[in-house]
Amino acid sequence: MAVQTVLSAINQTLFEQMKKDDSVVVFGEDVGFEGGVFRATKGLQQEFGKDRSFDSPLAESAIIGSAIGMAVNGLKPVVEIQFSGFMFPGYNQIVAHAARYRNRTRGLYNVPMVIRMPYGGGIRALEHHSESLETLFAHIPGLKVVIPSTPYDAKGLLTSAIQDPDPVIFMEPKRIYRAFKQELPDKEFKVPIGKAKTLKKGEDITVVAWGALVRETEKAIKGLEDEGIDVELIDLRTIQPYDKEAIANSVKKTGRLLVVHEAVKSFGPGAEIISMINEKAFLYLEAPPTRLTGPDITVPLPKGEHHFIISPERIRAKIKEVMAF
Amino acid sequence: MLTKKFDPLKKKIFQVLDHEGNITDEKLVPKIDDETLLKMYKTMLLGRIADTKALQYQRQGRMLTYAPIKGQEAAHTAPIAALDKKDWMVPAFREMAGMLYKGADLEKLYLYWYGNEEGNHFDEELRILPISVPIASQINHGAGVAYAAKYKGDKEVAVAFVGDGGSSHGEFHEGLNFAATTQSPLIVIIQNNQWAISTPREAQSKAQNLASKGIGYGVPSILVDGNDPLAMFAAVKEARERAINGNGPTLIEALTYRLGPHTTSDDPTIYRDDDDLKYWEKRDPIIRFKKYLIDKELLTEEEDEKLQKEYKDFSNKTFKKVEKSGLVPLEDVFNYTYAELPKDLKEQLALHKKLAESEAK
Repeated sequence: MAVQTVLSAINQTLFEQMKKDDSVVVFGEDVGFEGGVFRATKGLQQEFGKDRSFDSPLAESAIIGSAIGMAVNGLKPVVEIQFSGFMFPGYNQIVAHAARYRNRTRGLYNVPMVIRMPYGGGIRALEHHSESLETLFAHIPGLKVVIPSTPYDAKGLLTSAIQDPDPVIFMEPKRIYRAFKQELPDKEFKVPIGKAKTLKKGEDITVVAWGALVRETEKAIKGLEDEGIDVELIDLRTIQPYDKEAIANSVKKTGRLLVVHEAVKSFGPGAEIISMINEKAFLYLEAPPTRLTGPDITVPLPKGEHHFIISPERIRAKIKEVMAF
Repeated sequence: MLTKKFDPLKKKIFQVLDHEGNITDEKLVPKIDDETLLKMYKTMLLGRIADTKALQYQRQGRMLTYAPIKGQEAAHTAPIAALDKKDWMVPAFREMAGMLYKGADLEKLYLYWYGNEEGNHFDEELRILPISVPIASQINHGAGVAYAAKYKGDKEVAVAFVGDGGSSHGEFHEGLNFAATTQSPLIVIIQNNQWAISTPREAQSKAQNLASKGIGYGVPSILVDGNDPLAMFAAVKEARERAINGNGPTLIEALTYRLGPHTTSDDPTIYRDDDDLKYWEKRDPIIRFKKYLIDKELLTEEEDEKLQKEYKDFSNKTFKKVEKSGLVPLEDVFNYTYAELPKDLKEQLALHKKLAESEAK
């Protein structure tokens, strides 16, 4: 057992899986020698050599497209896209090929690959460094989309992702890369893809969040019980295929739902989850299921980003609003 | 080295058989045994006839939109003939004869254009990747397949095809560059058929030839007469040697001509000059190759006629079989989205089953 951050847990997992399985290769821009701009792949090249951990040319379609070819020919590539905002040049490969290869070949070729990418705001970054684009992946059949919020989940989910037969988009909330620490087993363990986690049981309202906003929601609900509001907090952990039962069962108990996400509002994951609740738990509702999200605007640069960020205060206010309906 | 001798920057074109089917220089003739030569010809001929038939079926409303290969048979068949069985073929979508040479059944190839994904499910040992409709993105897949081969120490190469239009695409450049920097055993073949739908080669690129694009990536490159099966064979053979010896990728531009439309939805008569077509019809790879084989006494006109009849019958019989294959079952359109069907998709499948059943009543 050692204390780990989200980032060090990812690094530990990559070491562990590369040691265990020769077919795991890790590459991307600055991934090899430097160990990635956030150091998630630090030390891998030194340990496993340049064939297994290397700096690719600065070219997202080549990174993702070649990973597809490697997966077809027996490897398990784990590639890094430096920031999720840079994935667009490689998006064609993700959507047109990674997501469809199994279907296109009627199961002849699976593409077991993982595309890691830091995402989300709150780190005073440049343009295209702060977006939450999980919807763009979750909407595409054939992809799995995973977002951990703790070091434990980062390790357990990444282990599952690397061993998964399907392509997995592994989005890392960079705001909490180093902000949250946990003691983790040094041995391999898995957290299943597709299973949400109830972080706090409650009776009055279900709050669903993921990534960095799980941490903000935890802050938001502290002390709420003293005010007579007993929140049930669910960390979704997998955005697609997501754990509908966990949310529906919770809402059947609490009668209220708030989805909190950093992604912009319209057509976002909140809309999907609320729609699902209307299908599965409508008659249990005591208030309209609702969402607290980023507005439908371009994420501002740091001097304006505070307008966009979802603070614990805003989450708390929204919970009270739903309770007061 | 052919790539040195026929430097594309010096506008040199590698050719072994001239337009009439005569050898240009005995020293350039690659070693190909008679059996392989005949197999190359027969596969090109089967490709031509199956292609002509496919066009007819489409015109009769029996086949979906189809991309004809007429005129390009040598450019994609000879490269596959130059490979080992364990090498990988990474097609674009206009390489039917090459796929046949690699071992794909005509039935599968027709099935794909008939509208069934099962047509992309080849025997695993054939090592044929599926048809890729998005342009040029398969070059990166080829680079990855090749990287994996090198990583595992397998002496095998990947051959990826792209069109002249595809050579303008970012994916082409990224894939070639990736294979070059990782020294992966990839051979990229541009089938330059002069047209990207209606956009002519001249509007596609200001490069003097497309092969020269490889030079910028440090990739040995060569411009080859793509209607010359012997030259295409020789160029790929040399590229393969280089690749399995750890010397990285090669770019080959096969200078050819699309004698038919881009697809059955296209009408080339509105953008193509008749004289141009006549010029290229005289350079037809099948006519040229046939003359060579007859001169070598490997084939007679009578045998050729017999083959043509045989292939017509075979194409008809195969297509009739495909027509009987019917519709894809409901389970099949759900089952291949993920390795294991997620719970929610199981529910959606059940719902669609119910809908289908109520419609049937």
